[in-house]
Amino acid sequence: MTTKLQSPQNLSAIKVSRFQNLGKWVAGISKYTILIVLAISFVIPFIWMFTSALKDDPQVFVRPPVLIPSPAFWNNFGDAWVLKDFNQYMFNTIFKYCIPVTFGTVFSSAIVAYGFSRIQWRGREVLFFLCVATMMIPDQVVMVPLFLIFQRLGWVNTYLPLIVPAFFGSPYFIFLLRQFFRGIPSELSDAAYIDGASEFDILFKIMFPLAKPALAVVGLFTFMGAWNDYLWPKIYLYKETQFTLALGLEALQGTLTETGLHPNAYPYLMAVSTVITVPILILFFFTQRTFIEGITFTGMKG
Amino acid sequence: MQIRKSSKSLSSKERRNLFLGLLFISPWLIGFLVFSLFPIGSSLYYSFFRYDLIREPVFIGLKHYIEIFYHDPRFKKVMANTIYYVFLGVPLQLVTAYLMSVLLNSKIVGRSFFRAIFFFPSIIPAVVTAMVWQYLLNIQYGLVNSFIQSWGFPVIPFLTSTALSKPTLILVNMWAQGATIVIFLAALQDVPRALYDAATVDGANSLQKFRHVTIPMTTPVIMFNLVMGLVWSFQDFTMPWLLTGGGPAQSSELFAMLLYRHAFEFLHMGKASALAWIMLVFIVAFTLILFKTSKSWVFYGGDEN
Repeated sequence: MTTKLQSPQNLSAIKVSRFQNLGKWVAGISKYTILIVLAISFVIPFIWMFTSALKDDPQVFVRPPVLIPSPAFWNNFGDAWVLKDFNQYMFNTIFKYCIPVTFGTVFSSAIVAYGFSRIQWRGREVLFFLCVATMMIPDQVVMVPLFLIFQRLGWVNTYLPLIVPAFFGSPYFIFLLRQFFRGIPSELSDAAYIDGASEFDILFKIMFPLAKPALAVVGLFTFMGAWNDYLWPKIYLYKETQFTLALGLEALQGTLTETGLHPNAYPYLMAVSTVITVPILILFFFTQRTFIEGITFTGMKG
Repeated sequence: MQIRKSSKSLSSKERRNLFLGLLFISPWLIGFLVFSLFPIGSSLYYSFFRYDLIREPVFIGLKHYIEIFYHDPRFKKVMANTIYYVFLGVPLQLVTAYLMSVLLNSKIVGRSFFRAIFFFPSIIPAVVTAMVWQYLLNIQYGLVNSFIQSWGFPVIPFLTSTALSKPTLILVNMWAQGATIVIFLAALQDVPRALYDAATVDGANSLQKFRHVTIPMTTPVIMFNLVMGLVWSFQDFTMPWLLTGGGPAQSSELFAMLLYRHAFEFLHMGKASALAWIMLVFIVAFTLILFKTSKSWVFYGGDEN
């Protein structure tokens, strides 16, 4: 509306009949109606998850279902949390999985990306192409042999099979960081060379500070990937003391349904689901721009 | 990149750079050899053996492959399910994501608010997605069915009918495809305004602009999302596994689930490896075909390199 008189359609817009104006109104209203209906249907599962966590047995089984329970049973959160050792699972997820994997991925991917972008050497493009091509290899193809290797090493029921590969770079993030490093002007590193800086100095003292936004994207995606991960922990972790939150939630479902449906099964499952989801939503809320830029970057430059 | 004919004429600086370059990429190179190339090779090796982790592997030649292709009704069923899931699901998901991003790209108040709402479902743990939807779609206590009933319709057995299990998976995927919407939205915002203005001068209506400006200008991103979507969905595991577990009666069992079951439930490491190789060949062939044919339908602007 602010570009009035600037584009030709607005010149003719002055002459639009009342009928066309009405058409615009109808279009506008239907647009917002569709958007709001869509938004509600996207949000309802979250609301249902949260409010169901506050229900007790009769409130779960009442027909038609109530969306907002009264009274609300806030103690479901605490009760569900201690039904399995979720404190331990939380500790495992953050300190044994998310943090090591994030550190390893960011660090190794940045080093590799530097080698693929800031140093001129023969065969670089060929190897980079190979690196990008490995993104197409399905996890399932390497799953069985990797399991056999790690099993022989005695690493089953430890976090090593999940952490160690992260220290060898992730092709997806190598690609992302390489694109970013390439955009940094060469004058900066040339000046540092003249001052006698080594490639490592340049990487750590010039590239890392400049690449903070890109490194943040890599860190954020890796952290959330590990937090949400199910398949790899499922393959390697069988001892309950070693479970992640995702495995813990699945195990809780098993416990609550193994001898018929536990009366509080749904509220408890929704309570733990809420506790696992909320940190992710908060993290997204505070890093929204980084997030959207990261997604857009990988999707558009791909 | 420069290509020299003689390999012996490396100057000392070139040799130094080659060393440094390889040093810097060595983490990936070692990782590639140990965690990708070697496993792919040993996967092929194990696919010729019968191996259950307990007894020694027994060489059986091509028996697993013959069995899979000729004598395995479950594989046939799983393959049909996967084709349904991939070739019906991905295009449907792309079309809805595209339409939603077009809606977001039009002049609306609160665009980033709506974008965040559509994005949320794609970042939460798959275990949670599965848990919440199992409850929502439950025949007796679920919110969705009680809503349907309140309008006077009969209940829909989303997760318990063999006919509906696959469509239900696709429906939940549509809910959780925020990343695709965000990518499409960015692509739509990149379409130069001047093109729309020019089309307006030529007397094009909104639909014609959409058909002749918006769609052609975004085909590279559509192509990217299509390829990634097809490849990913072919190997999809977590959400379907947790939501339906492949049931009822294997009606929603996908390729990756069958592979997982053979490997970690039945301990058929050899047969799982054969399945893994079949999957690899399918995906590689499939990607190559898509890229080969893409030239005929993807429009690349003049500034593409």
